[in-house]
Amino acid sequence: MTTKAFKRPDGRELDETRKMTAKVGVVPNADGSAMFSFGDTIAIAAVYGPRKMHPQHSQDPEKGTLRCNYNMFSFSVAERARPGPNRRSMEISKVTEWALEPIVMIDQYQNMVIDVHISILQANASTRCAGINAAALALAHAGIPMKGLVSSVSIGKLDKTLVVDLIKDEEDWEEGEGATDIPITLTSDGKITHMQLDGKITGKELKEALQLAKKANKEVYEVQKKALKESIKF
Amino acid sequence: MERKVVIPGEVIISGEEYLPGEGVEKKGNDIVAIKYGLAEEAARLVKVIALSGVYQPRRGNVVIGKVENVTFNGWMVDIDCPIGAFLPVSETPRYVSKDRMTEVLDINDMFVSKIMGVNGRGIDLTINMRGLGKIDEGIIVKINSNKVPRVIGKEGSMINLIKKETGCNVTVGQNGLIWIKGDKIEDELHVRDAITFITEKSFTHGLTEEVEKWFEKNKKGEKKKVEKEGDEE
Repeated sequence: MTTKAFKRPDGRELDETRKMTAKVGVVPNADGSAMFSFGDTIAIAAVYGPRKMHPQHSQDPEKGTLRCNYNMFSFSVAERARPGPNRRSMEISKVTEWALEPIVMIDQYQNMVIDVHISILQANASTRCAGINAAALALAHAGIPMKGLVSSVSIGKLDKTLVVDLIKDEEDWEEGEGATDIPITLTSDGKITHMQLDGKITGKELKEALQLAKKANKEVYEVQKKALKESIKF
Repeated sequence: MERKVVIPGEVIISGEEYLPGEGVEKKGNDIVAIKYGLAEEAARLVKVIALSGVYQPRRGNVVIGKVENVTFNGWMVDIDCPIGAFLPVSETPRYVSKDRMTEVLDINDMFVSKIMGVNGRGIDLTINMRGLGKIDEGIIVKINSNKVPRVIGKEGSMINLIKKETGCNVTVGQNGLIWIKGDKIEDELHVRDAITFITEKSFTHGLTEEVEKWFEKNKKGEKKKVEKEGDEE
């Protein structure tokens, strides 16, 4: 990947993520909560439940339900966003649900629901990744049985170069082939639970992107692990 | 083995001889945590003690509940947990006629009860035992149900200390609701402050001694008042 000197707008290395911070227990009234940030992108997740599913007709007597809600605050972006759900946030809510479902063991919570509310305080691309990372932490913090954690990171292709953890300026890349954004979520043992792709990419490059994601997600996992372990002081 | 903080998916210990307890799973030879909490090993049984999350009802637990609804054969009860609880008329200490059920327990009445059983459909309660029954006076405070063992202490050491220091009667429900009854409201509020202190410091080693110190520091103002009033009597 050192064929030519490619400069990223913020001077990071190609496989370098922004500074990550994570903290659990940020929402006192929730059963579990966490904050996760990639540089300027800050996400807060709050978990409520398991609790009785309401209305009754949406109860599932076979297993529990995981319900995610992704919301961007109106002040999270440069130009005020119209508050409330929109097409984009509804899609991300559903995608987050699918990314988390494989690790959450909800079989024993029949007729119950676990609510995950993700709020974006500040956005500079990769908000869904930050949201998923925060949600995984918040679910663990809420004492919900899980097979493991998930870590998420976005891989981008700027013209022909693969980079880790996009920022807004890179997302709007226009030179050459333009920008491709690939958010990837992996479990701690390297299984994919979620992958999206927005743009153009060849199969070979996608495999490369996956390798990059695996490496970057290890770093994310370490940050998550540290946040959970350090929240308990003896 | 010393207690350590584990996260879901983390291997706590490996070896064929270990048995999985609560909050863990056996994967091949590894014992893997499926919950976030403190891992503990005793007599080869490995378990994870959860530190957060909602109350998980268990048979034999003493809980404090609130009547939500009165039906023809019992009371629907809210015990602050995701599954509904039910107290049948047959589990009351004496015979209750169908049209006099609200005289025993009406909607919004609170009472101490014991869990008889938990099944997929709900929780069955009983008040047909000593120390159980309707709460008439006192105050109720709510804490995180995972901190209940801290408030009770080893073999009840903490709860006995609180009772001794304040002279109040304290009933701790496993669901995190605590009923405090004393002669004076000041005493009851003093207990509440002590419980808040315990929940804030729940990870401290030798917490009982800490609470003893807390009582020494915080009792003074209270004690004077109590003694004065006592003298007048």
